[in-house]
Amino acid sequence: MSDFVMYEEEFRRVDEELRRLYQLANAKLVFLVDKNGQLIASAGDTHNIDTTALASLTAGNIAATGGIAKLLGQKEFSILFHEGDRDNIHISIVANKVILAVLFDQRSSLGIVRLRVKKSTGALTRILHEMDKKALGEKRGRAELSPFAEITDEDIDQLFK
Amino acid sequence: MSFINYSSREINCKIVYYGPGLCGKTTNLQFIYKKTSPQQKGKLISLATETERTLFFDFLPIALGDMRGFKVRFHLYTVPGQVFYAASRKLILKGVDGVVFVADSQIERTDANIESLEDLRINLADQGYELERLPFTMQYNKRDLPNVVPVAELDSLLNPDKVPAFECVATSGRGVFETLKNIGKQVLMELKKHY
Repeated sequence: MSDFVMYEEEFRRVDEELRRLYQLANAKLVFLVDKNGQLIASAGDTHNIDTTALASLTAGNIAATGGIAKLLGQKEFSILFHEGDRDNIHISIVANKVILAVLFDQRSSLGIVRLRVKKSTGALTRILHEMDKKALGEKRGRAELSPFAEITDEDIDQLFK
Repeated sequence: MSFINYSSREINCKIVYYGPGLCGKTTNLQFIYKKTSPQQKGKLISLATETERTLFFDFLPIALGDMRGFKVRFHLYTVPGQVFYAASRKLILKGVDGVVFVADSQIERTDANIESLEDLRINLADQGYELERLPFTMQYNKRDLPNVVPVAELDSLLNPDKVPAFECVATSGRGVFETLKNIGKQVLMELKKHY
């Protein structure tokens, strides 16, 4: 089991890519979630949206669809699209690891979103691979930088008072 | 699988409440939601049927506070307890950092508890986990009911490894936060071991 560790530099690059996608796809909101439902980053208007819940439900959605795919002998359904009265959401899996979701309305179109998502997927995949490599290296070499290096049992106790 | 974000200085962990149908998993989360201050909690999401049986999962994010400059957050999930939702249960265990097993103390639910615990082991194994190696807390719920199995017997039936176990009445909240604190601590201690 490997944990998901995000460092400052990768976060900045992911953030930049999401913002680019948000603008080029003319989206309302773009967000990246890990497969377990933790929100990684987002771009766009998150006012009035509970992004934590959104992240968890999106991951649940992908997990459920993945379950259906398995039952049907598919590896996965890598793209989901939900069409609403006003807003639509395009959800796809990136690098088999994280979920990219794009919320958009009539100011954009499914075609544009698909095209832009495809382009961003490549960029995000590269960042994620580098992140994995780095996380491995950090774990081996620079344990002293870990948030847990200095944490004592008392610190943990303190949290629960 | 926890998520450590150095940029926003956050540590996010996933805790799953597991157990047989109607044992009180959702009630645990509802009590935690009710008693946590608004700044500390997100929305309680329940994907339930019209009769309030959990269909997919309940979800409650809570923020504990800061630890050496890192915000610590727990994402609490429940699984649907009913036997035929097996496929959904398996999905929710993905990436779990710690498990709470909520046992229904009533005599007539003894078999259901044993079956559910076995189901937990199998589903964890499918995801590549071993229950013995995961932070794990046992909760004996519904201790206020008249027809309950004695704790010693529950211990020998469900808890041979002697993980921390708590007596609980989820409807009134007795034991709910004790359980949560225990699993939370175990999860963080485990993370500390790895980093």
